[in-house]
Amino acid sequence: GGSLTKLAYYSTVQHKVARVRSFDHSGKDIENEPLYEISVQEEITARLHFIKFENTYIETCLDFIKDHLVNTETKVIKATGGGAYKFKDLIEKKLGLKVDKEDVMTCLIKGCNFVLRNIPHEVFAYQKDSDTEFRFQTNHPNIFPYLLVNIGSGVSIVKVETEDKFEWIGGSSIGGGTFWGLGALLTKTKKFDELLQLASKGQHTNVDMLVKDVYGGAYQTLGLSGNLIASSFGKSTTADKEFSKEDMAKSLLHMISNDIGQLACLYAKLHNLDKIYFGGFFIRGHPVTMRTITYSINFFSKGEVQALFLRHEGYLGAIGAFLKGAEQDNPNQYSWGENYAGSSGLMSTSPDVYPMQRTRSGTFDMLEMDRLERPLVNLPLLKDPSTYIPDTVDLTDDAMARKYWLTCFEEALDGVAKRAAASQPDSVDALERAEKFRQKYWNKLQTLRQQPFAYGTLTVRSLLDTREHCLNEFNFPDPYSKVKQKENGIALKCFQSVIESLDSLGWEERQFALVKGLLAGNVFDWGAKAVSDVLESEPQFGFEEAKSKLQERPWLEDSYSQWLERLKEGPPHKCALIFADNSGIDIILGVFPFVRELLSRGTEVILACNSGPALNDVTYSESLIVTERIAAMDPVIQSALREEKLLLVQTGSSSPCLDLSRLDKGLAVLVRERKTDLVIIEGMGRAIHTNYYAALKCESLKLAVIKNSWLADRLGGKIFSVIFKYEVPCK
Amino acid sequence: PVFPWFGLDIGGTLVKLVYFEPKDITAEEEEEEVENLKSIRKYLTSNVAYGSTGIRDVHLELKDLTLCGRKGNLHFIRFPTHDMPAFIQMGSEKHFSSLHTTLCATGGGAYKFEQDFRTMGDLQLCKLDELDCLIKGVLYIDSVGFNGHSECYYFENPTDAERCQKLPFNLENPYPLLLVNIGSGVSILAVYSKENYKRVTGTSLGGGTFFGLCCLLTGCSTFEEALEMASHGDSTKVDKLVRDIYGGDYERFGLPGWAVASSFGNMMSKEKRESVSKEDLAKATLITITNNIGSIARMCALNE
Repeated sequence: GGSLTKLAYYSTVQHKVARVRSFDHSGKDIENEPLYEISVQEEITARLHFIKFENTYIETCLDFIKDHLVNTETKVIKATGGGAYKFKDLIEKKLGLKVDKEDVMTCLIKGCNFVLRNIPHEVFAYQKDSDTEFRFQTNHPNIFPYLLVNIGSGVSIVKVETEDKFEWIGGSSIGGGTFWGLGALLTKTKKFDELLQLASKGQHTNVDMLVKDVYGGAYQTLGLSGNLIASSFGKSTTADKEFSKEDMAKSLLHMISNDIGQLACLYAKLHNLDKIYFGGFFIRGHPVTMRTITYSINFFSKGEVQALFLRHEGYLGAIGAFLKGAEQDNPNQYSWGENYAGSSGLMSTSPDVYPMQRTRSGTFDMLEMDRLERPLVNLPLLKDPSTYIPDTVDLTDDAMARKYWLTCFEEALDGVAKRAAASQPDSVDALERAEKFRQKYWNKLQTLRQQPFAYGTLTVRSLLDTREHCLNEFNFPDPYSKVKQKENGIALKCFQSVIESLDSLGWEERQFALVKGLLAGNVFDWGAKAVSDVLESEPQFGFEEAKSKLQERPWLEDSYSQWLERLKEGPPHKCALIFADNSGIDIILGVFPFVRELLSRGTEVILACNSGPALNDVTYSESLIVTERIAAMDPVIQSALREEKLLLVQTGSSSPCLDLSRLDKGLAVLVRERKTDLVIIEGMGRAIHTNYYAALKCESLKLAVIKNSWLADRLGGKIFSVIFKYEVPCK
Repeated sequence: PVFPWFGLDIGGTLVKLVYFEPKDITAEEEEEEVENLKSIRKYLTSNVAYGSTGIRDVHLELKDLTLCGRKGNLHFIRFPTHDMPAFIQMGSEKHFSSLHTTLCATGGGAYKFEQDFRTMGDLQLCKLDELDCLIKGVLYIDSVGFNGHSECYYFENPTDAERCQKLPFNLENPYPLLLVNIGSGVSILAVYSKENYKRVTGTSLGGGTFFGLCCLLTGCSTFEEALEMASHGDSTKVDKLVRDIYGGDYERFGLPGWAVASSFGNMMSKEKRESVSKEDLAKATLITITNNIGSIARMCALNE
């Protein structure tokens, strides 16, 4: 680009993953052996990196590339932007690679499509005078068509219809270069950022002729307000008056923003488009320009069109160039996930916090995206994928909740770091890494306190996910592996007695006992502070005790009677999809007896567990071992497995929460094939922090025990209050 | 109506005055004519400049016109809006109010200065809507023609300096038409018939912007001066052209190398800022504003 070099590269990253493997138990003393073997292995995954250099440091950038070009077959480097021409020789000489120049706009749009598809909360609208200046949009399943208005030196207006089809439909020469060039002439201020600073302090009404300057008030017959600009610079039509730099810069900014907004609206109207994304260096993270463009679009479209911006806008060209180079690998067939640990957030817009950063023109300094092993898709049972929002509370919006949760995560951090270190007793540097993790996550939390919008909408889920990413970053792939192993072992030993006692109950009593078991199992969650305190001080805290802690009916949210009625009166469900929560007591003594009952009713069950570890949540590989062991004890489970009436799948996620719009494709296919008509979501992370309001096309059951007193209080209950939400979609 | 016949358009920058000078005054009329009226007629028709800023555009004068059954000449006079107080003062000194004429006025100033006309000049303005007047004026002036020529014209081959020529345009069946009125700011009207029209949009980048920016960039003090400078400048030194970025045409988008990619874009560079003349800057300002108006007008035409 004109002032920054944006680099996108793809690498393999070696990191540690926790694996579980079943022991060969033949002829061994099963009683005293652990259930399965845990090993930490090196795994190689693919990651996309994006990094920025100032053009002044192009040599540093090239050194950086050189250092990273090891053991690679790379012969060609794809480049786009003006610098692709300017630095071509330097790049070729220094790196010994051939520079392949790619069309700027093609790259821009390729990059744009990529981020729109792969990064949640990529898009935001700017709102003035609001507590949260950025309003993030959920990813729409269909991103096309849209209008991309790129404001660089000039303005390009491009209509994008499909992945490969786009058309330059217009443009304007009045753009960022006009602001900069004309601004420099008028104010003798050389730098773009300084011009913006001037503009943010100026009064345009001293330079512009307003409607009221012409009419003495509003032009009422046309409904034009008196404060509207009738003529930009209309008051400077005199040789004998001085105007302040600030005022002129502000007037110029308004003139250019309004003009671009007007043209964008005219083009949107002509082509019947309602989504306009703005990008280019004029916009790039500058609140001043986002504000004036937003105002202009709102004014000229009479509120019908919204000006939208992109978090990673500065990287679009680099991403696109990379994708062009990687076409043979077909990167679009994969799903990608933003790595919160390796990405820096959106620049602060609060001048008090980071006065230095404010003048920088980059929205992002670093971005990392992990290639996910399997593609992610919507759950086919979502009622309306385009309006589905996984998260229950938007913490960027809700200042009180934000304060609470950030403090909560801060307070829990020492414990998490301690447990992480303790999980690797044989590692010499575990303590050191745990401290590094603690520091990194602590810094992220501080950033989020100042800039809640740094990574998109702030939610409990994003806080949890960020923590997981940071743990992984410092090679703590699964701090709970041993805890889970132990709990799974203990719980398996109790399985048969639990089943026996359940079988001895009458039908109606049993249904209630099953639900209570499911809820009680859910109390065992190392993720929630209140419970981890109890568990660490009273290790004997058992299943029965957990049951006794549960709130008595009527529960805080209680549609148990309707559920019971449904079981009693209705036909058995065709197939139930269950999103499991914790390892140990939860999955083995809570979920499995419930699964068993469903199977006995003739309902098929798809049991979905996380692909990767998060807290003490049961992973897919753990669930395979656990299920195998249960099957060995229980003929119902055994035959269901054999007849493929009980199916184990992975969710595609490694989060303690659940985003139903990003699930493993295999799961989605199975859900459709088996005609799933019941979805069961359990646990705070999956059923309360996320999906509490998720509307599905089929019957659903959301259950959880609230193990956080603040949240319980907010929902109008006490700690250990029970949520039992049975929902039937309206016909 | 009784003489004198005036029409006044008080804009943001300029006041436009039309005066009908009857040429068919009978001896009888002349005798009855009050001194004031005679002196006003004499003052307006025998001068081409009034005070230090008033100008009569002699070249625009419409001769031998018949208006409301009277024959005469139509004069076009203009002066800056900031001299409005002096104008009202003069009207007061010449006892304009004693003539009992209705002073028809439009433009924003008809509202803004209404009070001043009443208190300083003892004159009651007849305020008329700007856009109504605009359309009436366009249709009228085209119907009478310009001293035997067509009022409306266009440029053929506008992008080819050699072959570019001004040609008359026949406005016989004008509707629907887009009317782009470029004053200090710009209003764009879609006109479907004499009575049926709407304001489509407008832009604040208009004549006032050209003049205002020229004053700041070149230190000029009149609109004429600004235009004169612009006619001698070279905007390609100031603007960044497509060829400055791509080395030639940008074929992907069908953009010719000579098209402006970024107005004032070369001015981002210090060296280039130091090497351009005032004339170049004036020309670039003109090109920027006119291209932009053209672009918006085209989009409006398409949308409407």
